[in-house]
Amino acid sequence: MPAFLFKRFVNAAGVMLAVAFLAFLTFRFVGDPVELMLNEQASQAQRDELRVRLGLDKGFVLQFATFVGNAVRGDFGISYRNQQEVFTLIAERFPATCELVLVATFLSLAVGIPLGVYTAIKRDSLLAKALQFISVLGVSLPSFALGILFILVFSVTLQWLPAFGRGEVVQLGWWSTGLLTASGRKALILPGITLSLFQITLVMRLVRAEMLETMRTDFIRFARARGLPSRAVHFRHALRNCLMPVITVTGLQIGNLIAFALVTETVFQWPGMGMLFVQAVTFVDIPVMAAYLIVVSFIFVSLNTLVDLTYAWVDPRLREDALSGGANAR
Amino acid sequence: MKKAWLLAAVAAFALNGAVEAKTLKWGSAREIASLDPYSFGETFTLSVLNHVYEGLVRYTGDLKIEPALAESWETVSPTIWRFKLRQGVKFHNGNPFTADDVIASLARVTHDTSPLKGNLPAYKSSKKIDDFTVEIEVNGPYPLLLNDLTNIFIFDKEWMEANNSLLPTDSGKGVKGYATDNANGTGPFKVESRRADSKTIFARNPSWWDKPQHNIDVIEFIPITSSSTRVAAMLSGEIDFTNVAPLQDLPRLTASSEVKVLQTNELRSVFFAFNLGDKLVESDVKDKNPFKDIKVREALYRAIDIDAVQKRAMRGLSRNTGALVAPAIPGYEPSQDQRLPFDLAGAKKLLADAGYPNGFSFVMNCQSDSLVNEEEFCQAVAAMWSRAGLKPNLSLAPRSQQAPKRVKGDFDAISFGWANEPMIDAYSLLVQVLRSKSGTGGVFNWGNWGDPRIDALIDKSGVELDTPKRIEMMKEALKIAKAEHLFIPLHQQPMAWAMRNTMASTVQASDNKPRLWLTTMK
Repeated sequence: MPAFLFKRFVNAAGVMLAVAFLAFLTFRFVGDPVELMLNEQASQAQRDELRVRLGLDKGFVLQFATFVGNAVRGDFGISYRNQQEVFTLIAERFPATCELVLVATFLSLAVGIPLGVYTAIKRDSLLAKALQFISVLGVSLPSFALGILFILVFSVTLQWLPAFGRGEVVQLGWWSTGLLTASGRKALILPGITLSLFQITLVMRLVRAEMLETMRTDFIRFARARGLPSRAVHFRHALRNCLMPVITVTGLQIGNLIAFALVTETVFQWPGMGMLFVQAVTFVDIPVMAAYLIVVSFIFVSLNTLVDLTYAWVDPRLREDALSGGANAR
Repeated sequence: MKKAWLLAAVAAFALNGAVEAKTLKWGSAREIASLDPYSFGETFTLSVLNHVYEGLVRYTGDLKIEPALAESWETVSPTIWRFKLRQGVKFHNGNPFTADDVIASLARVTHDTSPLKGNLPAYKSSKKIDDFTVEIEVNGPYPLLLNDLTNIFIFDKEWMEANNSLLPTDSGKGVKGYATDNANGTGPFKVESRRADSKTIFARNPSWWDKPQHNIDVIEFIPITSSSTRVAAMLSGEIDFTNVAPLQDLPRLTASSEVKVLQTNELRSVFFAFNLGDKLVESDVKDKNPFKDIKVREALYRAIDIDAVQKRAMRGLSRNTGALVAPAIPGYEPSQDQRLPFDLAGAKKLLADAGYPNGFSFVMNCQSDSLVNEEEFCQAVAAMWSRAGLKPNLSLAPRSQQAPKRVKGDFDAISFGWANEPMIDAYSLLVQVLRSKSGTGGVFNWGNWGDPRIDALIDKSGVELDTPKRIEMMKEALKIAKAEHLFIPLHQQPMAWAMRNTMASTVQASDNKPRLWLTTMK
């Protein structure tokens, strides 16, 4: 187990380094922050001087090396635009994104799994067919269109839910949560659903396909032959065997959602990491962009590790094997 | 007993009053950079922070300069200005405002690492005469010091000393400053709380030195980046006011009985400028630069059907112009506002006369996120130039990508907008854009345009302290630029605000800056 975690840790460092390298390679093409930082009246000399002070006159290898050197010491610099420590900026925004993603993930599992089971068991019923059809819509509707549609219906016309923002938040140490206030919970509904709709349909279709597969296997037939009630057959035996791919996909999707919730965040003015990243791109805020990409790659690697650990929990057969990283394969 | 009743009634009344605190929810299109006005050179951030911090002088609702923290001023010599400061002014933390604060603030804003250093180009030094008198020395005779000072906000020296913020933050050093997320000004509102990207709350400053013309108790400043969400929030009543009402949604906002749209034209004038170097960057004419021929520039001018641009690309909201500066800008001359007429046949003939009967190709650099409907009007003009036989190659991308190319002169034609802010004087356009590159002038002269006659006039007007004479010189310079068709003017940009019927009135000046201290609610 420690060996496995250590391996993953080294892995993570490698991925982060590679991401940072690629990021710095592209930063030369995203524009010039100095033109945005100084206003109209600054002279050319002032512009050049600021460029030198920011180290932007140096080649990208040197810039990259400086960045890595500082990052190792935990120093990500300050944002060009906000003049705040980059790490604080990201840490401030992280809880918002994290809560939104967790709500979306919870919704996708809570709704997606039962629907998947239902459409698999009653696959010829009219409702199952209708659900199948709707799920195609869910996969193909872009989230900004959906978000705006929700806002028009639920905020402008019905006036039930807020169109933007996080509502009142409560500060618990460095973590800010909207889950403890009524307005905070209300504010989570629309963005949560918008972000989860794609996920719901994904989980539903995945569970359905897996269920159909499993229902054909011998052990299910035996279970039926033994006269087990169909509830037990479906949920205890069949579903449990379908969960492996669902866990994989959900785990990886959490990373995806955290990194790319930015469309939903922009539509709902959700003060999360995605908004921060969009702003950083607009103002060529290189320290923020670099740190954001590093953080996101770290999240991806950790989630992958977590997914591997959960495998073992769900499937005892994999316990020895997965945790030793495949070295003791029997 | 009777007394107790009375007390209860008074208490209830007071409570009632507290409940009915007038809160204005301001939905803006973007977040301010930080609470430190000297941290990022951006007009919008300055205009928001002007509610908290003030300068020695300020603009009125119709853009005239009036006393603010300074009561009066005089020029002791052509290079020395003496300011009498207002007495009895207090910062939000209770500290009195004195000459030391002015000197410390000027030192901070003109420090080498301050991104706003350029906002006070003529500053040399400042000196305390007594607690309420300050002398500012400038590099040479400089007529626009007051204009520049409208945007130089005054900090409290003691507060800066106590919080180690006498110097501006330096992105290069990577150390955060105290003033970045704390504020202490003298303005009509003080910062109560701030949560970036969500909400910044400003509360009324009860001990403001000026007699308030507003009746607002609390301003909630809420950035809403997505324009459709902002419109939705306006319609649903979640915000009362926005200073960026998207043009494409104006009909929807106007249709609502609860929303009022305020629409006018900005100070910003938009035009096309050309690379007038020896060769074009991307063209089938390799040996020379066709734009150097005035006939070609005139042909491009005549080929633009400005009414079509106005109607289609600008949704009928822009104001067509022939002048390079807006009417509200000193230096504007009505007779220069006449456009050359749209004349396609004439344009073709001019091109043929200049030796390009089949036109030529060139790259046209426009930005997708800078001017109002820039994408649309660039496409329209490119199509019109094609009709005249030219082959414009339209390059459209965000500002962050296009700006470096523009600055390097890596273009043949560019769309360009200039508001003459924060100076609100044609000298801004002249010295920054039209002037040939020199020590401090011509920073935006990206395409090697310029004319020695214009340069001479600019330099002369820059040291002329007699206002009427100075303005004549600027008009003369602009006249030459117009006669040479150095730039092809298009229009003044439209701007639109929207307010709900919770608001009674506001002042919409053409510098597009909300002044909520001149705003009343119902």
